[in-house]
Amino acid sequence: MNIIVVGCGKVGTTLVKELAAEKHNIVIVDIDAEKLDEVGNTLDVMCVEGRGEDVEVLIEADVSNCDILIAMMQSDELNLLTCLLAKKLGAKNTIARVRNPIYSNAINLIKDDLGLSMYINPERAAAGEISRLLRFPNAMQVETFAKGRVEIMKYEIPEGSVLSELKICQLRPKLKTTVFVCAVERAGEVFVPDGNFILRSGDIISFVAPIREANEFLKKVGSVSAKIKDVIILGGGKLTYYLTERLLDSGYRVKIIEINKKRCEELSELLPEAMIINGDATNNNLLHEEHIENADAVLSLTGVDEQNVLMSIYASKQAPEAKVVTKIKHFDFDDILRGMPIGSIVYPKYITADYVLRYVRVMQNSWESNMESLHRIVDDRVEALEFRIRQHNALVGITFQQLNIKKGTLVACITRNGKTFTPGGKDSIQVGDTVIIVTIQKGISKLEQILDGEAVEG
Amino acid sequence: MNKKLVLKLNGYILLFDAIAMILPVLVAVYYREKAGFAFLPVIVLCVALGLPLILSMKPKNKQLFAREGIVTVAVAWVMMSLVGSLPFFLSKEIPSFIDCFFETTSGFTTTGATILTNVEALSKCLLFWRSFTHWIGGMGVLMFVMAIAPMAGGTNMQLIRAESPGPKVEKLLPKANMTAKALYGIYIGLTVLEIVFLLAGKMPLFDAVTTAFGTAGTGGFGIKNDSLAGYSAYIQSVVTAFMLLFSVNFNIYFLIVARKFSAVWKNEELRVFFFVVIASVALIALNTFRLFDNIGGAVHHILFAVASIISTSGFATVDFNVWPDFSKTILVVLMFVGACAGSTGGGIKLSRILIMFKSLKREFSSLIHPRSVQTIRISGKKIDDETVKRVSSYMICYVLIFFTSLLIISLDNFGFETNFTAVVSTINNIGPGLAQVGPAGNFSNFSDLSKIVFSVVMICGRLELFPIMILLLPQTWKKY
Repeated sequence: MNIIVVGCGKVGTTLVKELAAEKHNIVIVDIDAEKLDEVGNTLDVMCVEGRGEDVEVLIEADVSNCDILIAMMQSDELNLLTCLLAKKLGAKNTIARVRNPIYSNAINLIKDDLGLSMYINPERAAAGEISRLLRFPNAMQVETFAKGRVEIMKYEIPEGSVLSELKICQLRPKLKTTVFVCAVERAGEVFVPDGNFILRSGDIISFVAPIREANEFLKKVGSVSAKIKDVIILGGGKLTYYLTERLLDSGYRVKIIEINKKRCEELSELLPEAMIINGDATNNNLLHEEHIENADAVLSLTGVDEQNVLMSIYASKQAPEAKVVTKIKHFDFDDILRGMPIGSIVYPKYITADYVLRYVRVMQNSWESNMESLHRIVDDRVEALEFRIRQHNALVGITFQQLNIKKGTLVACITRNGKTFTPGGKDSIQVGDTVIIVTIQKGISKLEQILDGEAVEG
Repeated sequence: MNKKLVLKLNGYILLFDAIAMILPVLVAVYYREKAGFAFLPVIVLCVALGLPLILSMKPKNKQLFAREGIVTVAVAWVMMSLVGSLPFFLSKEIPSFIDCFFETTSGFTTTGATILTNVEALSKCLLFWRSFTHWIGGMGVLMFVMAIAPMAGGTNMQLIRAESPGPKVEKLLPKANMTAKALYGIYIGLTVLEIVFLLAGKMPLFDAVTTAFGTAGTGGFGIKNDSLAGYSAYIQSVVTAFMLLFSVNFNIYFLIVARKFSAVWKNEELRVFFFVVIASVALIALNTFRLFDNIGGAVHHILFAVASIISTSGFATVDFNVWPDFSKTILVVLMFVGACAGSTGGGIKLSRILIMFKSLKREFSSLIHPRSVQTIRISGKKIDDETVKRVSSYMICYVLIFFTSLLIISLDNFGFETNFTAVVSTINNIGPGLAQVGPAGNFSNFSDLSKIVFSVVMICGRLELFPIMILLLPQTWKKY
């Protein structure tokens, strides 16, 4: 597909990288020639220097032939304006990043008038992810599928757990659970395990389970901590606002530490139920004054990655029981971060890229087996995809034993008539099912592509 | 330095060489020439070296960075010239290997300078190969490989940049291989068109194809001793037209195909190019009309000579060596100017000269208004300071290489005019110079040392100086 990405900041660049890996024809537009060069030299994309809201520039980027234009500039207004112009110039679909909470509420009113196909709010999306994390403090990452009926979670096997030295095929008889382990990270490597794979302590497993089952499973493996009540958020940006709004709704007690006095006043006006503290969160005296050691969760969400990492390390030390979440905006050193005691990591750039990727793949799709959602479970190496089977296709009615499925790809679970189960060799896919597959293959957009020999089209 | 990746990519180039050499073999089969056997061992050698390189080299990092891209291109061109000269040597039709190397380098770099005193004595298959090297070298080998095969390394813009002429090389289409395909499409299309036009003028097929190859690459190897002088005026006019067409930036054709005519009209380089051509023809005509029988003939031959020089082809219909000094000097100036950026021609390139003049103008005006802020624009588009800086360093490098080689060449003691124009003609990939290396002469009398220097200078000129210079830099070969 022909895609134009306007604005190549961190999120834009991450997105372009993913789209280029899926072999789309990409044109990037930015005013900063240096940034363009940087992206253009490492990725196979065409660069156009200029402003996105400049009609000449859009025409140079061949907007009339583009399937999707994605506006990822700093300013919401410019993003919306660019999308409006692009639509008038013949772009088939437009996606805008809109971050200001004020617009977020208004956008549904004007979405159709602007011809906007979709808008993304990275902060709000990240807030959703963090609030899910707080519901399952033991999981490192939580995603939902099938309208919230199925969850996919990441969990690190602690020392001496029942899971260590256990074969995957023994999970079901031994723990009486239907959870399905779909990916294992060990020492920086990722495996999609088969039944004979032996788990070890220190492994980070990703598993798929129906919603109640997941909690049961965590209880059975002996790690369930008390429900989270008190949350300290360090940094009071937009993400904090969206998150706090959600958390307060769910009955958490939230304390926000923010250095900027004016922002504190704004927050206290917007979030009357939250406790807003004006001070420097990197000051450990202040953290102790606010009893960080008694908090159930500490979320480092300032705009500076280095600060977030350091505060999270400090928090995990001072409050070993607490759930720690770290926001990483810019850092590229995913490998190193994974080994640090900074709890769960949230990358708004990946979350945003996922949203758009999902849309692009659905766009590319024929209607009969539609991809409903996409999540990346191990940074960007393993993907979990959800498909809804609307019509008969090559897989329907054939048992999994007979299907020749690609290496590194698993059918994790099937939801049929409201019930979710993990399929065995004798099961098969039926029309009306919701199927979740987990794969290390990139660019799958149709369910048929999980079969061996089916090419993944670009 | 990711040597494995460089070697792997060069493996592809060797394989490409082997495939390219099948064509002259077919020619040899058609004309039943024994010289065709000279290609077979070379093809075997290319495959024997190339395949293991492609298969065994598994670079850990497949990302092609600027350094690897430049080195790959530089190594590939030197290697191609070495491999390509083997058939001449093995067939024993050119006895000295240095001569073979000079001839092949002159071919690939689309220079067209020759050491042969009697071109017509060469077998047809070797003549074909000689002209075919022009065609391959014109648009670039790595670009061709990229257009047909998905190569290692996700992005290959580094290769296109190192191989394409011009101060700033941009993609025409979102993907590097789409860009390469589009450029080659235009290239092949124009070449076929020229062959058709030449055939319409009753030129024999073999002559038409080799002449078209020579024009397309703006090379200028003729297959006759008198270059194109013996053909009809129609054929000469067709070649004139196509020499000019091939020295225009290929983006123009792309814009024409995309029906963006206003952008074509706005292209400053194109307008200046045609202005320079017309002005030169007029000045030379005023200076030389007494030498010709009639005005029509004068314009015809002068236009041919100007097109041949500014496009850096080097075909000839008349010996401009006998023209007055003023006309000869205009031609020498045109040799420096060269074609447009993004064409198959050589020289400094018009766009670089435009940028230089404009930055000079800016310097002057900033002497008068020290606080003024001015942007350099070409075709209404801003040229950033980085590009201006690179053009200046290009010129410094150009002068440096020019005078170093002139110094070495002067050891042969052939007179200043010969030496000077010989270096001008090789560094700008033109072919003929003046005096002894004029359209009627050739490079055969130079010493072996000079021939090697010329060969290196030709590759330097074709790859726009930097890649070969970088190859000589010790820090290129370090690990970090």
